[in-house]
Amino acid sequence: MAVELLKGNVAFAEAAVRAGCEAYFGYPITPQTEALEHMAKRMPELGRVFVQAESEVAAINMVYGAAAAGARVMTSSSSPGVSLMMEGISYIAGSEVPAVVVDVMRGGPGLGNIAPAQCDYLQMVKGGGHGDYRSIVLAPSTVQELIDHTVLAFDLAEAWRTIVVVLADGSLGQMMEGAELPPMRPPRPPSERAAWALTGAIGRPTNLVSSIHLEPSEEEAFNQRLQAKYAAIEAAEVRVEEHLTGDARIAVVAFGTAARLAKTAIAAARDDGLAVGVLRPITLDPFPTAALRALAERVDGLLVVEMNAGQMLQDVQRVVAERVPVRFFGRTGGVMPMPEEIGAAIRELAHEVGAADDAAPWQEVPA
Amino acid sequence: MTHAERPIADVVIAGFGGQGVLFAGQLLAHAALDAGLHTTWFPSYGPEMRGGTANCTVVVADGPIGSPVVGRPQAAIVLNLPSLDRYEPLVAPGGLLVVNTSLVDRAVARDDLDVVAIPADDVAAELGHPKLTNVVLLGALLARHPALRALGRLTPEHLATTLARVLPERHHHLLGANRAALERGAELAGAAPAAVAPTGA
Repeated sequence: MAVELLKGNVAFAEAAVRAGCEAYFGYPITPQTEALEHMAKRMPELGRVFVQAESEVAAINMVYGAAAAGARVMTSSSSPGVSLMMEGISYIAGSEVPAVVVDVMRGGPGLGNIAPAQCDYLQMVKGGGHGDYRSIVLAPSTVQELIDHTVLAFDLAEAWRTIVVVLADGSLGQMMEGAELPPMRPPRPPSERAAWALTGAIGRPTNLVSSIHLEPSEEEAFNQRLQAKYAAIEAAEVRVEEHLTGDARIAVVAFGTAARLAKTAIAAARDDGLAVGVLRPITLDPFPTAALRALAERVDGLLVVEMNAGQMLQDVQRVVAERVPVRFFGRTGGVMPMPEEIGAAIRELAHEVGAADDAAPWQEVPA
Repeated sequence: MTHAERPIADVVIAGFGGQGVLFAGQLLAHAALDAGLHTTWFPSYGPEMRGGTANCTVVVADGPIGSPVVGRPQAAIVLNLPSLDRYEPLVAPGGLLVVNTSLVDRAVARDDLDVVAIPADDVAAELGHPKLTNVVLLGALLARHPALRALGRLTPEHLATTLARVLPERHHHLLGANRAALERGAELAGAAPAAVAPTGA
């Protein structure tokens, strides 16, 4: 394999193909349609399943059905389309079948626009569908990571029998970047499907895949088992990147695209003598609670940067619990924050908490 | 390297849809990758169509790239007047501005930029390939941009090799014309001046 210039949407679709995805169900929506387009071409030529469903509601229920049959399966969409999928996502969670959902977020609420945004954090991390379920949520910040997370998503989904969401945004879907695709992994033969899967009960006891437990005590026992599973996921699957936090007195907390914008901003701030780092949650659920808490013990202030009105901010505030000032800088509606603006917010916080003593005087960046 | 996010170059390319703005950026990004560098290509995307506005940002670095977008680009290629109006104020002081004067009827007002003014539509037409305006201007940028030029790995020859790799076979009869367009652009841009020398457009 070699590094190629790849568009994010095409990259994750091809990564899914190479991860042995057997079936893709989706419905076109900008800014992720290139993924569907790529699957429309690739899946049939490999003898696999591609269906452009009549709606996102249909697509997610096709995912549910194929997952129940033990297939490696995925869908992808963008914010309004993912909203339509919420009922099916809850049913999938309630049935404990593995499925991968890629959300290439765009500006909202409502029809919004097709520009990059991170305004589905709460929807994807806190639920969105009904019931006490959780998903593993991965937040890639480069095209390479979008590829790697898509492959990882299938493995995690099957290992934990859960939904794994790859939470990207329009900029990651639309941009091109040098990245390396994984080697081709052929789909698992039908004979090797999971023991719980609905593969035809000839010569074995019947399997049942369902999210219904009419007896409340049985539903409660099931919920307790789900919660125990989520606790085990929390103990095993937290992923986080700390960038230049070793000597940092100020840290930016950001995920996905906002984190890479912040990395450019802190490079400039460091040139001005500010000791700034970035903590980037790679898994949004499970959230890197321990790493963030440890960082909050040693810095003077935290700046949360998001392409929304402050959604992950709620989790940061919960974890930090007023150990240290937490400030927020965000742009909404599909506007990407420029590194210069993030830099200004970093300087403002540094001055507020007295972490700018050695720094060069703060100069306003012309708009 | 703690400051790997500091790029070698960031370039905005802007014009009308259909002028090859996005393609010129992709060619630069592909070539940067072939030269062993890191690169990002970021398009303006939206409900746009031929004749609407289009732009892309290409960042080139020797390490991992942070932001694929920039508020104050170090360099810009503008293919029409609306793009000059939009990006002239944004190019960083001391930066490079490559202007397609075939579609721009005013001078560059700022005096703190290195301005390369080329009637690229006319140059491309003289070469017999009026669609190569974008490639003429890219050739000019690569010849004049101090850091990209200093790499010595993004010459017309290198870009021609990249094109031969990324262009579908059916377009290979245009490889020679593309190389000629890159070389003509480079020739018209000349070498980077020792100091900023505003030329106007």
